[in-house]
Amino acid sequence: MNNPLYQKNIISIPDLSRSDLELILQTAQSLKKTPQPELLKNKVVASCFFEASTRTRLSFETAVQRLGGSVIGFDSGGNTSLAQKGETLADSVKVISSYADAFFMRHPQEGAARLASEFTSIPVINGGDGSNQHPTQTLLDLFTIYETQSRLDNLNIAFVGDLKYGRTVHSLAQALSLFNCNFYFISPEALAMPDYITEELNERGINFSLHNSIEEVVDDLDILYMTRVQKERFDETEYQHMKSAFLLNAGMLSNAKVNLKVLHPLPRIDEIDIDVDDTPYAYYFQQAQNGVFARQALLALLLTNHFQANA
Amino acid sequence: MQKKLQVEAIEHGSVIDHIPAQQGVKILKFFKFTQTKEKITIGLNLATHNGEGKDLIKIENTFFNDQQANQLALFAPNATINQIKDFKVVNKFQVQLPSSFIGVLVCPNSNCISHNEPVNTRFYVHQKNSLKLKCHYCEKSFERSTFDELD
Repeated sequence: MNNPLYQKNIISIPDLSRSDLELILQTAQSLKKTPQPELLKNKVVASCFFEASTRTRLSFETAVQRLGGSVIGFDSGGNTSLAQKGETLADSVKVISSYADAFFMRHPQEGAARLASEFTSIPVINGGDGSNQHPTQTLLDLFTIYETQSRLDNLNIAFVGDLKYGRTVHSLAQALSLFNCNFYFISPEALAMPDYITEELNERGINFSLHNSIEEVVDDLDILYMTRVQKERFDETEYQHMKSAFLLNAGMLSNAKVNLKVLHPLPRIDEIDIDVDDTPYAYYFQQAQNGVFARQALLALLLTNHFQANA
Repeated sequence: MQKKLQVEAIEHGSVIDHIPAQQGVKILKFFKFTQTKEKITIGLNLATHNGEGKDLIKIENTFFNDQQANQLALFAPNATINQIKDFKVVNKFQVQLPSSFIGVLVCPNSNCISHNEPVNTRFYVHQKNSLKLKCHYCEKSFERSTFDELD
C-alpha cells in the first residue's frame, strides 16, 4: 500500500491530517521497537543548518545514520555561500538538493522551509524556521505522549510557562486539537496563549482553561508540558514575585495521577527542580531520545514507499 | 433647492462607487491611475446615509478584469463597479474578496523570508469579517491596515 507521505514535505503541523500524524507515530513506535539499519542504504540526506542548533541537528543526523543513510551539510549559516557571497536561499536549495534525496533545514527566518520546498522536488523537512514552526519537535512530543499514555484522545494536558512566544507549545496545541483533549494553560498573564491559537481551539470545540499556577490543576493531569518563563521578559521584582507559580518540584506531585508524565522540550534552567528527575513522572530525557525515532519515522515515510510499520 | 452631486457623466469606462473615505487616492495610486492619460473624476468624502462618507472614482476607457476587481477589495470590500458604454450602465457588479492575494502586498513581518528571496508574496484571506490576511510563508496573520502594497 502506498503511504500518503511518500515524497511529501514536512513544513508545518497544520499541513498534516490526523491520519498523517497517526501514521508517523506508528512508524516511530515500530522503528523504536525494530531498528531498520539498512532502510536508507544509498540515500544521501542534506542537513542544512543556516542557524546553529545542537539537539535538533544531532538527533536528526543520528536518525539518518541509524537508518543506514549518509549525511551531507553544514552546522551554521556563517560559512555558506549564502552568508558569504549573498546567494539567495532559493539558489542554495536548488544546488544542494541536486546532491541529496531529502533536505532537512533550520533557518532563522520564518517561512524559509516553505520557500525551500518550492525550489526543489525532493522532500523538505523543516527543522525550525525562526519563530514559526518546528514540526519535528511537535512530532516527538506527540510520539512521547502516545508512548506514555497509549492514546492521544481524551487526555488532560497542561502547558506551563511562556505560552505567548513558545512555538513548541503553539504547534503541539494545534496538533493535539485534532484529538479530543482538555487543555490547561498555565502562564503569567503577559505570556498567555495567543488569540490565534485559542480562536482555533474554539473553532474546533476544544475545552481549555487558563490558570495562574501549576498546583491548581496538577492532580488532574495526564501530561504536564513545562517550558521556561524567561526572566528577561519581566523586571526583577515582578519576576521574583510570580516565578514560583511556574516552577515544578517533586513535592507538588505528591497527589499526581500514576500515569502523569512531565515533559519539557529542553534545555531546562530552573523550571523543573532536579528532584523531579528521580520521580516516575519525569520523562523529558526519554522525550529527547524519542526525537531520533520521530525523525527516523519521517525519513522512512518520505523516502520509502514500501516501509510498513509493525507496531 | 435640490442637492445633487455635479459630476460629469462618462461616455465609456468605469465608475467605482462605495469606496470607504480615505481609500480613493490609495486606489488611484495602487492601480497607477495617477500615471494614465485617461480622464478621471474623483469624489472624496461624499455624503452617505451612515455619515461615514465615501469616495468615488470615474475613469474613462478603463475596465477592470476579475483580478483587478478582486484587488480592489483590499481597499474597498463593498465597492461596486459600473461599466459604462455610450453613457449607459451595461454591467454592474460588487467586488468580492478572493481567497488569496498574490504579488500585491508586503508581509508586515520583517523577519519573513519573502522579503529577500525571488518569490511573489502570497496571503490567504483568513477572517472575512475584519479582513485578516495570513502569509503563505511565515504563517503569521495580520489586520489589513498593517500592510503596505508592493510598488
